[in-house]
Amino acid sequence: MKEIAIDVHGLTKSFGSRVVVRDLSLKVPKGEIYGFLGPNGSGKTTTLRMLCGLLTPDAGDGTCLGYDILTQQEEIKRHVGYMTQRFSLYADLSIRENLEFVARVYGVANPRRAAKAAIDRLGLSGRAEQLAGELSGGWKQRLALGACILPNPKLLLLDEPTAGVDPKARREFWDEIHGLAADGITVLVSTHYMDEAERCHELAYIAFGELLAKGTAAQVVGQSGLSTWIVSGPNLHGLAIELRNRDGIDMVAPFGAELHVSGRDSRALDAAVEAAKKEDGSHRWTRGEPSLEDVFILLMDSVKDNFAA
Amino acid sequence: MSEASDKQAKSQRGDPGFLKRTWAMVVKEFVQMRRDRMTFATMIFIPILQLVLFGYAINTDPKHLPTAVLTRDDGPLTRAVLTAMKNSDYFEFVAQVRDPAEIDRMLASGEVQFAVEVPASFERDIRRGDRPSLLVIADATDPVATGTAISAVQGLVDTALKRELRGPDDSIEARAPPFKLTLQRRNPEGLTQYNIVPGLLGVVLTMTMMMFTALAVTREIERGTMESLLAMPIKPVEIMIGKIAPFVLVGFVQMAIIISAAHFMFGVPILGSVPLLIALTTLFAAANLAVGYTFSTIAENQLQAVQLTFFFFLPNILLSGFMFPFRGMPHWAQWIGEVLPLTHFMRIVRGIMLKGNGFAEMRIDVLALALFLVVAMGLALLRFRRTLD
Repeated sequence: MKEIAIDVHGLTKSFGSRVVVRDLSLKVPKGEIYGFLGPNGSGKTTTLRMLCGLLTPDAGDGTCLGYDILTQQEEIKRHVGYMTQRFSLYADLSIRENLEFVARVYGVANPRRAAKAAIDRLGLSGRAEQLAGELSGGWKQRLALGACILPNPKLLLLDEPTAGVDPKARREFWDEIHGLAADGITVLVSTHYMDEAERCHELAYIAFGELLAKGTAAQVVGQSGLSTWIVSGPNLHGLAIELRNRDGIDMVAPFGAELHVSGRDSRALDAAVEAAKKEDGSHRWTRGEPSLEDVFILLMDSVKDNFAA
Repeated sequence: MSEASDKQAKSQRGDPGFLKRTWAMVVKEFVQMRRDRMTFATMIFIPILQLVLFGYAINTDPKHLPTAVLTRDDGPLTRAVLTAMKNSDYFEFVAQVRDPAEIDRMLASGEVQFAVEVPASFERDIRRGDRPSLLVIADATDPVATGTAISAVQGLVDTALKRELRGPDDSIEARAPPFKLTLQRRNPEGLTQYNIVPGLLGVVLTMTMMMFTALAVTREIERGTMESLLAMPIKPVEIMIGKIAPFVLVGFVQMAIIISAAHFMFGVPILGSVPLLIALTTLFAAANLAVGYTFSTIAENQLQAVQLTFFFFLPNILLSGFMFPFRGMPHWAQWIGEVLPLTHFMRIVRGIMLKGNGFAEMRIDVLALALFLVVAMGLALLRFRRTLD
């Protein structure tokens, strides 16, 4: 049995009368990259904050690295690196000064040398004296990650670390994260990007404070029970509008020159597709695989319905 | 649960990281302070600006003060007295009046700062040795402006009369002074000039110290840096000390500027011990920093923090004895004054500089400041939010 880095049960948190996280349980094995997905305001940030001791859960309990999240926050803070969604290093300190501050707070043996090493590792040697606030978005993220891993944490909590970062920087960022995981660090990372979700070992999908699906990417797609047809041909926009009203079709989404037509009930979906084929023979229909995005949008729609009811 | 908190308490007590983390905070704050040019400029310029502004007002040797004259006697002695006053450059006769009521009006309106009234038989009475009364009325609501002039009058008039009475009336001169100088101060409670500069030290420190730390926590929250700071293994007390300590040094610089200016530019004496003055001023600065830090934990943003400091600053200025004589205030105002740190510092700083007081005479005020410091820090730690809840 694998060692468990995060093990929490029934986490619940409300702000005022609004329940932000509801009865959330999570088990993250050590050394794994665990993706945390969900729409804006779904409770991802709140969950991460509860894990690192920044918020106290209203209900639920559990451990992070074996430390109790309710009573041992001090130990958790010492061994967990938390990277905030918004850049939260000091904009008016230079790169070196920020890193030295972090090193000193964590009691690293030689703060100057540790900061210097981190700067070299980040490839920022020429810019050590530049103010952190003057860095571009991508470099800010790298610096923030550098500051997070400087005290050698065993667990990283990354809150949308690549929001607003260009694809190349994102790629490098993920290479780094995989490198860290290979060294045995556990990473819990929240994201909006589907390609990033697919780079994770395991996923959890959360919407409106509730955990809706978890497992590997393939498991999540498989569990959803979704079937998909891919359509190409003329006037896809018109076709999409028309298809949305048919019974058995839950979702129609354009992907470039194709439409993804999906439904939860494969038999009803097939019937609807047959009917559509008969009415207009000008399109080419092929069976496809639902993407993670299809699954997540469907999941989100289904919860929204529950909430409206 | 209790076992866990027990363990926590134990690890906090014997924690070797305390100094390291506090030092980390101090270094960070210093760098930020140095980099924030505006704040840095304020630290130095507020005391200088205040000194120049107040220094102008407390010009200890003001000249050409507007003076009204009422003479009921026109003899050579009267003329000699008036000429002497005029030649001294302290007084400038701007109005010749006939009615005492006119004098009152001009003093009240501020048209003149002095009035001189020479009685009807001034010359005759002097020559008869009757010691007539020469009345000098001063508008002492601005005691600083009138102080030196008042102290000069007696001498001036004496000299003038001596010169005039030489010869046949030598005998009168010998019994000098041949007249009574009756001095009327409007606003007898008036402060002396020296009270203001030492008081200014307290006012400047209150304002700047409180303002700097009042922004300390709210700024971190507004800039979003509090989130990662709280996620780090640093304790509230370490953050607090780390944020207060650098500003104690700033207070030191301000103290040096003001005390040297007071002594060398305005000639305020320092009768007591300078090390004691420095030590107690540092205590006072720390107390204000702690108050500011407390505000910082109460306010939700920087604007609120600034408003809170002003709310606290005003009674400090008005009720501490800086502006109005403390004992002249109604009792309720004195009670409020007693709980303000500036009140106690006023007594300390004036006591040391002007009266040469030592620690023994001021231990109640020192105790009050220390108590204030401890209470403010305790309150700040209670108010400090360890989480984002």
